[in-house]
Parts: sequence; C-alpha cells; structure tokens
Amino acid sequence: MVCPATLGTARAPLADRMIKVDVTRKFYGDTQILGRIAFEIKRGETVAVLGPSGVGKSTLLRIIAGIDHTYEGQVTRPEKMAIVFQEPTLLLWRSVLQNLMLIHPGLSDHAARGMLEKVGIGGKADLFPGQLSLGQQRRLALARAFAGDPEFLIMDEPFVSLDPQTAEVMLALTETLIAEVRPATLFVTHARAEAERLRARILELRGTPASLAPRLVL
Amino acid sequence: MIEKGLVPALSLIGLLLLWVVAAALTADATILPTPWSLVGPFLRELQSGELLFHLGHTLLRVIWAFVLAMTVGMALGLVMGRFPKVDRWLDPWLVVFLNLPALVLIVLCYLWIGLNETAAIVAVTLNKVPNVTTMIREGARSFSPDLDAMATVYRMPPVTRLRHVLLPQLAPFVAAAARSGVAVIWKIVLVVEFLGRSSGIGFKIHLYFQLFDVRMVLVYALSFIIVMLVVEWSVLQPWERRVRRWRIA
Ligand SMILES: Nc1ncnc2c1ncn2[C@@H]1O[C@H](COP(=O)(O)OP(=O)(O)O)[C@@H](O)[C@H]1O
Ligand SMILES: [Mg+2]
Repeated sequence: MVCPATLGTARAPLADRMIKVDVTRKFYGDTQILGRIAFEIKRGETVAVLGPSGVGKSTLLRIIAGIDHTYEGQVTRPEKMAIVFQEPTLLLWRSVLQNLMLIHPGLSDHAARGMLEKVGIGGKADLFPGQLSLGQQRRLALARAFAGDPEFLIMDEPFVSLDPQTAEVMLALTETLIAEVRPATLFVTHARAEAERLRARILELRGTPASLAPRLVL
Repeated sequence: MIEKGLVPALSLIGLLLLWVVAAALTADATILPTPWSLVGPFLRELQSGELLFHLGHTLLRVIWAFVLAMTVGMALGLVMGRFPKVDRWLDPWLVVFLNLPALVLIVLCYLWIGLNETAAIVAVTLNKVPNVTTMIREGARSFSPDLDAMATVYRMPPVTRLRHVLLPQLAPFVAAAARSGVAVIWKIVLVVEFLGRSSGIGFKIHLYFQLFDVRMVLVYALSFIIVMLVVEWSVLQPWERRVRRWRIA
C-alpha cells in the first residue's frame, strides 16, 4: 500500500533544521525504488546526493521537492523553494524576462534585468528562450532559481551533458549565487568532483531499493 | 518558379473557368447559370438589404455556436486530458456523441426544445463539442510533466499557470479545433436553418430550392462562402501566426 504522505509546511523561520527528510519506502508499481532515507539540511548548508545513474536520485528529489506525493514517509520543507532540472524547463513561448517575472511576480523589472546581467545574459531579456544557446538557457534556469531568494534550492544534475569548460563556468556561477543567497541546497549528481567543488556534505545513495550508504571515512 | 501566393489564385481561376465551361456545355441557365449572370441578382439582393439581413442572422448563429462549442469543448477536453479518472467515465459519452449524425441531433433538438433559436444553436453546438473536446484532450494529454513539476515547486498560482504554462502548450490544438470548428459549424448552421428557421442563408436556400431557382441558391451560398473565407484569412490565420510566433523566432 502506498499512501499519500502529508505535506510538510514551513516551520518557524529561525528553525535551524529547516529541511527534514524521512522517506521510508517508495514504489513504482511493484518495484521498490527507495528504502529508508533520512537526513536533514540546515540553513545555508549544501548537501549532495551522489549515486550512479538509475539508482533513484531523481525519484528521491521529486519526493523532497513535493512533486511526487505517493510515497511512505514524511518531508518537512520550507515554503519558498526553487528547482533546477537537468533540462532548462523554460516557458518557450514567453520572453526571457517574462520567464523570471511570471515565476516571481514580486520581482521588479529592474531586479529581473539585474539577475539576467548577473548570470551573463543581460542583453537577451527580450528574446524567446529558443533563441538562446543551451548554455544560455541553463543560465536562465539558474537566474530563475535564485531570483526568488529561495530558502531551499533543489538541483537535479544541472551540469550533466555540458562540456567541461562550460560545466566549470556554471559551477563557479552557482557557487557565487549560493554564497550570496545562502539557501539550503540539495544537489543531486553522479559526479563526485562537482559535489566536492561546491563543498557539499556528501550522501551516497546505493543499492536496490536505494538507501544512504554509511559514511566510512571522514 | 511560380510565386507562393499565385498558386491558390491560379487554382481558383481554374475552378471559375471550369464553371464557365460547364455552364456553356449545359447551355441551360436554370440548371447551371454562368458566373456573370449571378452579378445582377446579387446586386439586387444586396441593395434590397435582404442578403445582408440573412447573412447577419447566419453569422450571428455561427458566432454563438462557435463560442459555446469552443468554451464547453475546451473545458471538457482540459478536464478529461488532465484527470484520467474523469476521462474513463466521460469517454463513452464522447464516442456516442461523436458518432451521432448531425441530422439526428438537429431533429431531436427541434422536437424537444421547439422550433426556436435556442434549439438551433444548441443543435449546432452539440454537433461540434465532441470534436473540440477530443482535440483539446489530445493537447492536455501532451502537457510537459517537467513544466508541471516546475510550476508546482515555484508555487505558481492556478490562474497564472493556466494562462502562461498550460494554454500556450494547448495553442496549436486550440487553433486546429477553431479552424475545423468554424468550417464544420457554418455548414451545420445552414442545415439547421434549412430545417427549421425563417431567417438566414439556409432558410433562403430552402426557399429557392422549392422554387427550383438555382441562380438564387448560388447567390446566397456563394455570398456566405466568401464571408467565411474572409473570416478564415483575416481572423483565424493571423491569430494562428501570432500564437506560433515564438516557434519561428
Ligand atoms: N515514472 C516511473 N515509473 C516507473 N519507474 C520509474 C519511473 N521513474 C523512474 N523509474 C525507475 O526508477 C529508477 C530510478 O530512476 P531515477 O530516480 O530517475 O534515477 P536517477 O535519477 O538516479 O538516474 C529507475 O530504474 C527508473 O527506471
Ligand atoms: Mg535523474
């Protein structure tokens, strides 16, 4: 039996442990994908979930983000969240600027343009996303994530399929933005180097059903 | 190379020539009059106000039925495409209505509601709703799950989400439904008028059919065909180009 879990709501803003994950089981049909997975993320902390392709990282992330409700367990998450997917996931029929302002209605035109400037696509505000290169589209996805001043940032392999130089540039940009906005960050990847680069606390996801591997060494 | 706009023009002129040749071969104006012999009666009907009066009535019915069919069809299609449980319940109804002949629906509406304007418009609307629903449902089924997830995480309010995330994805399907909608609706409106109204192009065609007046049947039919072509070119096609703008930019 899979029952919809209760949605976590925002705790007092000063609570140190703002994100609490306690997933007991997750099935797709008859296949159990996830076993017991429990961890917390503190304010301003970056946690990386590391694991091979197909182990269930995206599945876990969708549960934590509140996209998937059919699991057993409990997740406490803040209200203001942002997400960066593997694909840019933009509104291709709205301008670059509108892609920020429609998602963040509180954002002023000036602030939105400033954010585009910051990620290096300042001159592209009035184009459609389809007119940007893939790298620029990912910058826009980053801008969208940080523009809302999120308390919790979730990233699903955002640098996969980029060439090493571009990946490095994007990592540096992400690092800068995280340092500025200081959200709790959950970062999913299969590349250990990326996790280390963001100085993340690394959790390893292993096995079927997947669970967190115990940390053997410091 | 022939210019792009020239081909449809030449093709239409070809059709006109075919008509002229056929009229010449028939050599009987009561069966197939020549195109130019229609000009006189056309101008007469135009001046008397008769043509515009009936054109207006038909056009109004087309607009009513179109707006109603699109609204109901879009709402149903969206719900059925988004919620598979609802779809399972309503799909058999859709199949039944899709396969109901237009004539049956029209006759039943007149019998049950009465020979009035409501019955006419309801009959046309019911004929088109299943089609619109099917097309919109197809669109709603193809919504990007990634964009859905994005909108969920960023807590987009439902109205913003509908307007800026869902409807733009639906636009090609709405455009297709609208175009085929107009095409079907105005033809059904003529039948509805033919069977049970005392105004409109369909009524006039019925009248001249009983008088065996081919010339006047053609005058009324062609006038309305021209109006619908103008609507297609001046409203529907520009609108479709506008919603597709981002694709070609
Ligand atoms: N919607 C789904 N239905 C059934 N199985 C799925 C679904 N999504 C993912 N899976 C399966 O769950 C497993 C984990 O997938 P995923 O979380 O995407 O892995 P990762 O992100 O670590 O590469 C895979 O074996 C995948 O085939
Ligand atoms: Mg994945």
